Amino acid sequence: MIRIEQLRIELPGFVLDDIALSIQDGEFFALLGPTGAGKTLILEAIAGVTPITSGRIRVKGRDVTKLDPEQRGIGIVYQDYALFPHLSVYENITYGLRYHKTDPKESKKWVGWLMEQLALQPLANRSIQHLSGGEKQRVSLSRALAVNPSVLLLDEPLSALDPNFREDIRDVLKKLHQEVGITFLMVTHDFAEALFLGERTAILNHGSIEQVGTVADVFEHPATPFVAEFVGMKNVFPATFDDARCMVGDLTLELESAPGLSEGHLAIRPEDVIVRKEAFSSNGVRVLEGKVIGVTDRGPYHEVLVKRGEVTLTAMISKSDLLGLALSRNTDVHIGIRASSLHVF
Amino acid sequence: MQTKKYFDPFLMLTVFCSFVVVAFILFPLIEMVTQPSLQDLKEALQDRDVRRSIWLSVYTSGMAALISFFIGTPFAYVLARKAFPGKKLVESVIDLPIMIPHPVVGIAILGVAGKNHWLGEMMHQVGIQIMGTTTGIVAVLTFVGLPFYVNSVKTGFESIPRRLENVSRSLGASMSGTFFRITFPLAWRAMLVGIIMCAARAISEFGAIVIVAYHPMIAPVMIYERFTAYGLKYSQPVAVWLILVCLLLFLLLRVVSLPKKEAA
Repeated sequence: MIRIEQLRIELPGFVLDDIALSIQDGEFFALLGPTGAGKTLILEAIAGVTPITSGRIRVKGRDVTKLDPEQRGIGIVYQDYALFPHLSVYENITYGLRYHKTDPKESKKWVGWLMEQLALQPLANRSIQHLSGGEKQRVSLSRALAVNPSVLLLDEPLSALDPNFREDIRDVLKKLHQEVGITFLMVTHDFAEALFLGERTAILNHGSIEQVGTVADVFEHPATPFVAEFVGMKNVFPATFDDARCMVGDLTLELESAPGLSEGHLAIRPEDVIVRKEAFSSNGVRVLEGKVIGVTDRGPYHEVLVKRGEVTLTAMISKSDLLGLALSRNTDVHIGIRASSLHVF
Repeated sequence: MQTKKYFDPFLMLTVFCSFVVVAFILFPLIEMVTQPSLQDLKEALQDRDVRRSIWLSVYTSGMAALISFFIGTPFAYVLARKAFPGKKLVESVIDLPIMIPHPVVGIAILGVAGKNHWLGEMMHQVGIQIMGTTTGIVAVLTFVGLPFYVNSVKTGFESIPRRLENVSRSLGASMSGTFFRITFPLAWRAMLVGIIMCAARAISEFGAIVIVAYHPMIAPVMIYERFTAYGLKYSQPVAVWLILVCLLLFLLLRVVSLPKKEAA
C-alpha cells in the first residue's frame, strides 16, 4: 500500500499542499488533474527524485520519506520515455538488473517474458533512436518492470503517443497490470484514460486534492464544480435548494429527492440534455423552451448552446441529429432534462 | 504587382559585415603564415629551444586541461544539477579569470605562492615552487583555462534531461552509478569541447606567464622575446609552427568528437 500523509512541496510560485492518499496493493490508481496541477510533482516525490517540504510517504508499511530513490523499489515511466540514448533496447531493459540481488537465470527469464509480452524480442539489439513512440514506451515499461518494483509510477504514459499507439499502450498497461499484479499509479489529464484503466482516482487542482473515489463514483457524483467540469459536465451552476426543488437563476427543476442542502451546485452532462424542435413529453423529463444561441463543431459531435431565460445550457448532439433538426442560431427549440440527470453537490 | 527585390540593404549589410569579420581575422594570420620562407621555417624547427618551447606550451596546456577535467567536471555537475544559496555568485566567480587582465592573474598567483604568504610557505615546505617553474606555468594556465572548461561542461550536463538520471536512480543506481553510466557517457562530447576550449585558451596565454615563469620559456614568451630582441622576421617562424601544431591538435580532438546522440 502507498500511504501519503500531509505531503507539502513548496516551489517558487507553486505549493502542493496537504496531500493525503491511500492506494491499495495491486490497485490501478489514476491521479487526475489539468496541466500544472502538481500531478508529476506527487509522482516524483513518491519516487524520491523531488525533495519534499514536509509530510510522510509509506510504501508497503515502510517509511520511504528519507530514502534515496534507489532504495525505494519504485519504478517510474515518463511520458517522454526517458530512454538512455546511448544504450540498445536490451541494454535499456536490463539496465537496473545489476543493482538487484536476484538469480541471473530468473532475471533473464523474467526479462524474456516481459519482452515477449511487450513484443520487444525482435527489437532487442536495435538502437532506441530508431523506434516508434509506441515501441519506446513499451521499452520504458519493460525497463521499469524488469527490476520487479513494488510500485510502478506512470507519468502520462499515453500523452506523447499517436492515437493508434495510444490504444495499443493502453491495452498493454491494462494487461500488464492484471498479469504482474503490482500497484500502478498513473497521472493523467485525460479522464477517458482513467475511466478505462483506473480502479480509483483522485482529482487534483492547483496543488490540492478535490475528490478521491472509485472512477465510476467520481464520474457519476462529482463533489465540486471543478471536478464536475473536469469529468465533462459542461452545465455547472450555483443553485439553491428547497426540499426537492432546485433553483438556478429563474429556472426551477424538480430533483428525484431532497439533497439536504440549501445552497450548492447543480451539474448536468451535455449528453443528458435532449434537444427537439417540437414540443414533446416523456415520463420524468422536464421540458423547457429555449433558443439556440450557438452551435460549435467538436469533431465527432456538435455542441449546442440553448438559452432559456437567465440560464444557458450546453447540449451535445450528433452530426446527423443536427442536420435532422436543422439547428442554427436563433432556432426555437424544446429541451428536455431527466430528473435522474440532475447532479447536486 | 510585386517587384522582385534583388538588393535588400539589410542583407547587403550582413554580407558586408561577415566579409569584414572573416577578413579581419584571416588576413593577418594568412600574411604571417605565408611570409616566412620554407628555409626560415626549417631553421626554426631545427632550433632545439623552439622545439622545446612549443612542446612546453602543448604539455602545460594539456596538463591544465587535464586538471580542469578532473576538478572541473564534478564542479560543473554541481552547478548544472543543484540549487544552493549563492549559486549565482559562485557562477560569477568562475568567470572572473576571463575578465581579469592577464598580468593581474600572474600577480595574484604570485601573491599567494610567495614565501610571504602562508599558502606559499606551505607549498615551499612540501617542495612545490611556482615562480619560474613548469608547475607555475601549469597553475597559471589552469587558472585562465578552467572557466572555459567548467562553462562548456555545465552546459553539456544541463542539456541531459534530468529524467534520465531519475529513471536510473529508480532502477537502483546510486548517484555515482548514475553519473558514470548515464551522465558521463552522454556528456563526454561537451567535456571534449571543454578540454579543447581550455587548452586553446591556455596555449595562448602570455601576460600572466611572463610574470610567474618567464623561464622555462613557453612558445608565446619565446615569440615575444625574439620579437623584442631580433624583430618580426625572427619571431614569425616560431609563431607559424605554434599555430600549425595547435591546429593539428585541435583538429584531431574535433574529429574524435562525434555528433551527440539525442535523448529518446
